[in-house]
Amino acid sequence: MTLKVSAFTATSCIGRGTQAMLATLRAQRTGLAPCPSVPYGLDTYVGEVPGVDAVQLPRELADFDCRNNRLAYMGLQQDGFAARVGDCLARLGPARVGVFLGTSTSGILETEQAFAARDAHSGALPSWFHYAGAHSTYSVAAFTLRALGIEGPAAVISSACSSSAKVFASAQRAIAAGLIDAAVVGGVDSLCLTTLHGFNSLQLVSVKPVRPFDVARDGLSIGEAAAFALLERAEASPASQALLLLGSGESSDAHHMSAPHPEGRGAREAMQRALKAAGLDPGRIDYINLHGTGTPSNDEAEARAVHAVLGDVPGSSTKGATGHTLGAAGALEAVICLLALREGLMPAGVNTTQLDPALEVNYVLQNRAAALQCVMSNSFGFGGSNCSLVFARG
Amino acid sequence: MTALAGFIEGVGLLGPGIASWQADAPVLAGDSPWSGARTVIPALTCLPGAERRRTGVPVRIAITAGLEAALGAGRDAAALPAIFTSSGGDGQNLHEICIALAAGERQLSPTRFHNSVHNAPSGYWGIATGATPASNALCAYDASFGAGLLEALTQMHIEQRAVLLVAYDAPYPEPLHSTRPIPDAFAVALVLAPARNQAALARLEVRLSDACADELADARLEALRRAIPAARSLPLLAALAQRRSGTVTLDYRTPRTLSVEMQTWA
Repeated sequence: MTLKVSAFTATSCIGRGTQAMLATLRAQRTGLAPCPSVPYGLDTYVGEVPGVDAVQLPRELADFDCRNNRLAYMGLQQDGFAARVGDCLARLGPARVGVFLGTSTSGILETEQAFAARDAHSGALPSWFHYAGAHSTYSVAAFTLRALGIEGPAAVISSACSSSAKVFASAQRAIAAGLIDAAVVGGVDSLCLTTLHGFNSLQLVSVKPVRPFDVARDGLSIGEAAAFALLERAEASPASQALLLLGSGESSDAHHMSAPHPEGRGAREAMQRALKAAGLDPGRIDYINLHGTGTPSNDEAEARAVHAVLGDVPGSSTKGATGHTLGAAGALEAVICLLALREGLMPAGVNTTQLDPALEVNYVLQNRAAALQCVMSNSFGFGGSNCSLVFARG
Repeated sequence: MTALAGFIEGVGLLGPGIASWQADAPVLAGDSPWSGARTVIPALTCLPGAERRRTGVPVRIAITAGLEAALGAGRDAAALPAIFTSSGGDGQNLHEICIALAAGERQLSPTRFHNSVHNAPSGYWGIATGATPASNALCAYDASFGAGLLEALTQMHIEQRAVLLVAYDAPYPEPLHSTRPIPDAFAVALVLAPARNQAALARLEVRLSDACADELADARLEALRRAIPAARSLPLLAALAQRRSGTVTLDYRTPRTLSVEMQTWA
């Protein structure tokens, strides 16, 4: 079922809200900066969102206080998103709207800090530690329900780096099945020690800003983001400026916990299923926002899969600008695809200077103006979890 | 609201005093006593040796329950889209990571890190069975079973094919245990299909409700239901074990519940 994207917003290191974000994309700048040694202690670049720690949650949301939910709150205030959701709730009723959000680590930063502050004698966690409001993987959805006044079904999807792409698929099914009439979808993930040092232990983190698809690429840069979209049933003949979710495709590698299938088998299946769900031939895709983490293995497997399914479609990874925002990446890059459609802009992959000649990919190194009709976004995660989304203009 | 209807074809179960659905459905039917013994965590023979040694409790119980349900349904596990749902994931693994980071260690175990993702059971399920369809990993705190049931039924309905739902929870060690006191490991799996076949055990029709959730007659099982989010499924399993038709109400996100219209047959 085709859905209308009736509102969307994103906040990341390349901007608070879509206007700032678009300006950074147009300028082909990166938001990555040297990683603050305190508290993270890792020689790398990160895509940190300025001002998150200064966000104050309203008193009635105090039980949800943690960096991840502060970032979520900051994100919900941009682009008039919360107000647009309010209009939708007034129209459809709060019980007919659902919430599906992706995150990989939720409020684990505070759990890390709580462990460091354990009682020396009893080993107990400090009294400020909140399991349900902060640590729980679900806390960002519980927070968003309360912050927006939504009363319909809700879930967090936490499938590592495909999480907030898969929320679009779940919302689409729930609306098509009649369970709800609209959904707030999105992803929120924030910097923490577990992901920085975890990816580093797998030797997947670059000391330089990530260079996706570059011959010298040597790992990812981690970022943080909050990105949201409001999905509703589309009219039978949507207006030409309408932005639509046409289809989604999900698959599993069934191969390895932390390495992609070398031939990109799962990636290929996800893209093929998304095309089928959208009812499109491969030639209809005008641009692809690649997963493009900048690790040697991801980019190689993804290039093979994209070439096999879409031939030489122009594509780029915007992770050179934003870093890999993990559980928020799917939604952040969905928003970039929506901006690309709306503005007629293929965003360049920044930081990349010398494309890997071994990769058969038509990589966009300079911004291109183009009338885009249909675009795809890829998101792949640990555990071999893959999701591709197809967006279009009406 | 719209009701989501389907058929239960297979059940997998594992928990305190419950070795499997096959062995211990009579306990839920009230026909034999519940021992209440600690959950016996199974070894996984379906994974290669290296992978098997790396798995934690959630992966073991989720895959074991999933395989029992697929077997009961007579379905090829590799062909089923899967929906995993858990209120917390692998608490022991998280504990080890947090202890290491708090001690200033920066070189985390790569295995611990990739096992820390909430979709670890989903990933190992693929490796164990070769399943390449969509696989999901949900969390909805105490409503995780209900959220998984809604996700599974919508996916089954939209794609018109059988799906596997696996809900599981495992305890945290201290100090997290005090903040989230899940007493023991529990996993339940259901194969849900859009059309009735010979394997079907019951038809169910699920809708959101404001009625109170059913409680279990056995006080100790009722305590289990309340203590472990995945065990909020027990009233449905008890009705199935008793081959009882009628309405079962399950906890969802307070104050909402899920009303399940069950039609069972021998």
